Amino acid sequence: MLAWTIYLSLGTALLLMLLPERREQWARFLALGAALGGLVLSASALFQSAPGSFRTVTRLSWIPTLGIDYHLGADGISLVLVFLTGLAAVAGILFSWNIGHRPREFFALYLALIGGVYGVFLSFDLFLLFVFYEIAIIPKYFLIAIWGSTRREYAAMKLALYSFVGSAMVLVGLVAAFVFAGGQTMSLADLAAHRFPREFQMWAFPLVFVGFAVLAGLWPFHTWAPTGHVAAPTAASMLLAGVVMKLGAYGCLRVAMTLFPEGLQPWGFEWLGIGSWRDVFALLAVTGILYGGMVALVQKDFKFVIGYSSVSHMGFVLLGLMTLQTIGLTGAVLQMFSHGIVAGLLFAVVGRMVYDRVHTRHLDDLQPMNLSRGLPFAAVTFTLATLASIGLPGFSGFVAELQVLIGAWHAYPTLAVLTGAGILVGVAYGLRALQRAFFAERRSCTDGQASGSARGAPAQPPDSPAPLEPISFPERVGSILLIAASLAVGLYPDLLLKYILPSFNAPWFDGLRGGGLP
Amino acid sequence: MNAQDAIVKLLWLAPVLPLATGGVCALLKRRHRAAAASLAIGSVSASLLLAVWALAATVREPDPVRHVVNFNWFQAGNAWIGLGWVLDPLSAVMLVMVALVSLLIFVFSVGYMAHDENFTRFFCFLSLFAGAMLGLVIANSLLLLFGCWELVGLTSYLLIGFWYHKPSAAAAAKKAFITTRIGDLAFLLGMIWLYAETGTLLFYDQGRGCLEQSALNLLALRTAGLGVAVATAVGLLLFLGAMGKSGQVPLHVWLPDAMEGPTPVSALIHAATMVAAGVFLMARVHPLVAMTDADIKPTGLYAQSIPGDAAACRPGGVQKIPITPPGQAGHDLNLPVDPNAPGRTTVSTALKVVTWVGVLTALFAASVAVAQTDIKRILAYSTVSQLGFMMLGLGTGGVAVGMFHLITHAFFKALLFLGAGSVIHGCHEEQDIRRMGGLGKLMPVTFSTYAIGMMALSGVPILFSGFWSKDEILHAAHGWPVSRLPFLIAVLAALLTAFYMTRQICYVFLGVWRGSPGNAGDPRKVTAPSHAGRDTSSSGGLPHESPAVMTVPLLVLAVGSVVLGFFGTPAWPWFQGFLLGRRESLELGRLLAGGTLGLMALSALVAGVGILVGYWLYGRRPPGAADESDPLEHFHPAVFSVLRRKYCFDELYDVALVRPTAAFARACHWADQVLWGGAVRAVSRVTTALSWASRLVDEYFVNAGFDRVCDGLSRGGGHCSRFQNGQPQRYLRAIAVGLLVLALLLLWGCRTV
Repeated sequence: MLAWTIYLSLGTALLLMLLPERREQWARFLALGAALGGLVLSASALFQSAPGSFRTVTRLSWIPTLGIDYHLGADGISLVLVFLTGLAAVAGILFSWNIGHRPREFFALYLALIGGVYGVFLSFDLFLLFVFYEIAIIPKYFLIAIWGSTRREYAAMKLALYSFVGSAMVLVGLVAAFVFAGGQTMSLADLAAHRFPREFQMWAFPLVFVGFAVLAGLWPFHTWAPTGHVAAPTAASMLLAGVVMKLGAYGCLRVAMTLFPEGLQPWGFEWLGIGSWRDVFALLAVTGILYGGMVALVQKDFKFVIGYSSVSHMGFVLLGLMTLQTIGLTGAVLQMFSHGIVAGLLFAVVGRMVYDRVHTRHLDDLQPMNLSRGLPFAAVTFTLATLASIGLPGFSGFVAELQVLIGAWHAYPTLAVLTGAGILVGVAYGLRALQRAFFAERRSCTDGQASGSARGAPAQPPDSPAPLEPISFPERVGSILLIAASLAVGLYPDLLLKYILPSFNAPWFDGLRGGGLP
Repeated sequence: MNAQDAIVKLLWLAPVLPLATGGVCALLKRRHRAAAASLAIGSVSASLLLAVWALAATVREPDPVRHVVNFNWFQAGNAWIGLGWVLDPLSAVMLVMVALVSLLIFVFSVGYMAHDENFTRFFCFLSLFAGAMLGLVIANSLLLLFGCWELVGLTSYLLIGFWYHKPSAAAAAKKAFITTRIGDLAFLLGMIWLYAETGTLLFYDQGRGCLEQSALNLLALRTAGLGVAVATAVGLLLFLGAMGKSGQVPLHVWLPDAMEGPTPVSALIHAATMVAAGVFLMARVHPLVAMTDADIKPTGLYAQSIPGDAAACRPGGVQKIPITPPGQAGHDLNLPVDPNAPGRTTVSTALKVVTWVGVLTALFAASVAVAQTDIKRILAYSTVSQLGFMMLGLGTGGVAVGMFHLITHAFFKALLFLGAGSVIHGCHEEQDIRRMGGLGKLMPVTFSTYAIGMMALSGVPILFSGFWSKDEILHAAHGWPVSRLPFLIAVLAALLTAFYMTRQICYVFLGVWRGSPGNAGDPRKVTAPSHAGRDTSSSGGLPHESPAVMTVPLLVLAVGSVVLGFFGTPAWPWFQGFLLGRRESLELGRLLAGGTLGLMALSALVAGVGILVGYWLYGRRPPGAADESDPLEHFHPAVFSVLRRKYCFDELYDVALVRPTAAFARACHWADQVLWGGAVRAVSRVTTALSWASRLVDEYFVNAGFDRVCDGLSRGGGHCSRFQNGQPQRYLRAIAVGLLVLALLLLWGCRTV
């Protein structure tokens, strides 16, 4: 049944294209139905599966001469990320209910993207994975270029080019691996079992890793992310930060690290204390954490703050991967889930709740509006999302970051301390944006009489020109869905961890385990 | 199941009830004021009942024992991370204190916040705070403690910024959160380090906990580099966290600013409970902080390393773990009854740091308090100073000494803050003590209770609890084997304490009313919105006594400030004995032993001198007008201005930390725009240039050649087509020519043959 998440999304995308142009409401409900279907399928698959089991969903011979199969399967990591995709898809549709410009095409492209993402997470044949990976890139371009805002063509092109450069690197690596392994199979399990020569792994690993990590926002290849996030329409930024960046991190773990574990071994020489690709990427990840936070601290555009915070948070994922400790790896996967939820929520508040109503994202413009009065629900949601984002215990981010930090403490104590400083910067920019956007002083603060008489008046910002449209029902449902998910995982992390953790016992992680994974 | 087990099993309700109430209040509409207040007060009363039950059960326990309930939280790597709660004397005492003070302050708030439109939200936050604080107190896991710690910090942030439309309140809230977060970062790292070494974060877990002997042995044996034991390093990191929360120098800067919050918040969070959490943390992890090589004792459990046996499932039943009986663990027990007793001579490095930071904070903050003019800021610096005293007590005298002052201080400082709240309320949001005066006659209940609090804080002998607890600390400091200096500094700080409290009380309650009667037009009032509506309508400007809902909590706290002291006198150190798992009986002889009486006399003398000097300067001839300069300013204006500006810590941080961070952030932004953005643009420019070059080559070289070939072809075709223009004559002519040529060829051929 799990494969139907893909077919349902892609099929509905096709169906939407065939729908008459004027049936806008049908398009919305059809898309919501497909996304809900995907969520239900993924949730039932996750919670009904036995922890630690791998299951093949479909396996058909596809291109027999090259040994390429149509092989869909799922282990705990896949299941968790598929579940995340389901959640993000539903929330994204709820938050784009008000799309008025060509909604039919919008939702069709949106579902195509979702279908591609499902496909990547479920593919256990590398060729198939690559095909789905490419499928997911195309709709992103159109979503940004047609429905986007600030410098949308530029951002869309930048994102598409970065993605394609990354996938070109991945393709070269995959083809090389295919040839080196004898040209018989593209199956992940078989290739992982093949012991590639060390010299080969030493150049293939960074190639494939960077190829995927571009999409995960690895510093300094991150610059597509903020501009892309900012230009994208709300739902697309939610997906971009929520699941597309996870595609990159997932590829790093599933392909690069699984196939070429020896690429993580020391080079045999040291330069400035860096002795392996692992050190390099760990350092870049921590740089991303600090740097992203620092840049977020001085942004004037509300959405850029969130965009750079994504770079910062994805650094935790990459750092977790580079710890090569079980606890760090599970933390990385959990952080993928957590960031997917939280970043989606942050973008939803900024893009949908605030920007669509007041038509500005400039923090200096938002400051005098005192939006906590005009949009109390948005203020509360954003406060909770900020708290989740800065890693308050009780939300999913804390457990994830704690695990990454514990792993990093074993592997790179110095970097763990720097990462802690990154968390601190996260608090600073989170609170700054929160207070500027929602809880700043009123402009009429100085004349006491006016403010005295305004007290007890209806919850309307006294200096807002027109009453703001109230928060709609779909927005409320979407917010509550995401907050509940983050809280549930934060309070009871074993909900997901019990699936993630045993996945690392799978045979294709043997190479990693041999390379120091305890 | 007996009563003891029942309360242990039910103990989790104490924090969860207020937390749940907070959740419910968050959903209430703004107009449901009565519902919110009664829910909050009801839930915290229930917590208080549970706390009293827990305390009674602990007191009645025949042998000192820790009741622990642990359960698994999540699987991390190949081990389970557990959480749990603990009922031991320490947590029982804290539970009762927190629940009782919370209840009183909740009741007070009903009066104080009566006119605030966000009454419901206020009680939502207060309940959340109470729940988190109670959770912090009973946590048996450093992780759970950290979680509650953060939640407490969050509610503190929300409540400091409760009047967020005041820019100063919003800034103070942010400052408080970020400054304490710096400490929390160290706490987090210390916790991770502890976990990395011991594989557990539970305090007590049948011998496997991180505060139990085998884990302590391990931590003391491993070195972290530079010859420092891991126990010391972890202890110092945790202490950094405690410094952030408890406002120790140099992380104290947030606490005075936190007074921007409503006064009940200052009383509850920033005087009585949350800021004491750092001291409590140090008391909780005292075995770890005090660990030295001398404390390593063999245990049967594990010798050098801890195996991964933490994966064992924890069923969640009640464990009973005996508290180490007296005479076996040295560090818990150096009660300073006799400074010449053969006590410990080795003091752990971490405890030395705790002591020095504590005593410096005590002196520093007391000296700043001397020069402040805001009634709440004076109390805030006094709190910082007293927290320093507690740290000093912990460092020199162990858990019991520090905790005793924590408990007594909670009562009299809450009393002082609520008294200040009552004063501010009565004076229509006036906070400057120079614009008060003569309130003793106008607000008799507030004045008398405030005076009790002041005397307790100053350490007026015999009757007041502060005297006994401070005396205990001085005593411990006096017997500290490392250095005598902390004792001398502490005496000086105690002198300053008595002095600044006298100064304050003279300014506020004696003399004549210096505030302007037409205070209603004062712009300051607008910034504190809680009572704006009523004050203008009711009293014409003169201060008035507060309603009973506010004065009754004052009276209860005043009784507590007096009575509590008698539980911890040197003659009958019941409290200290209870915390350490001993039974103490009344022995008057102990008063006379080992210089106890002499120290008591010294401490009484110090308090007396402080009060007398204060009265001589401020009370004899109270200032007549608000703008009269401070008598101290005449003595030494330069020093006084440094004190008034709080040693310029804020300015220093601004220059040393805030600006560099901002500059670095801007540099990163610039790098992103110019460097990386530039790199991307450069790549795109180069690509475009290459494309243009290709196009030019294509256009003028490849394409041109192609075109020429094509042209040639078509021209050639044109030439060829002339042969096929459809004119039969031409064809016939061609045939004729062809035939002729053929014939000639044939002829030529025949000739050769």
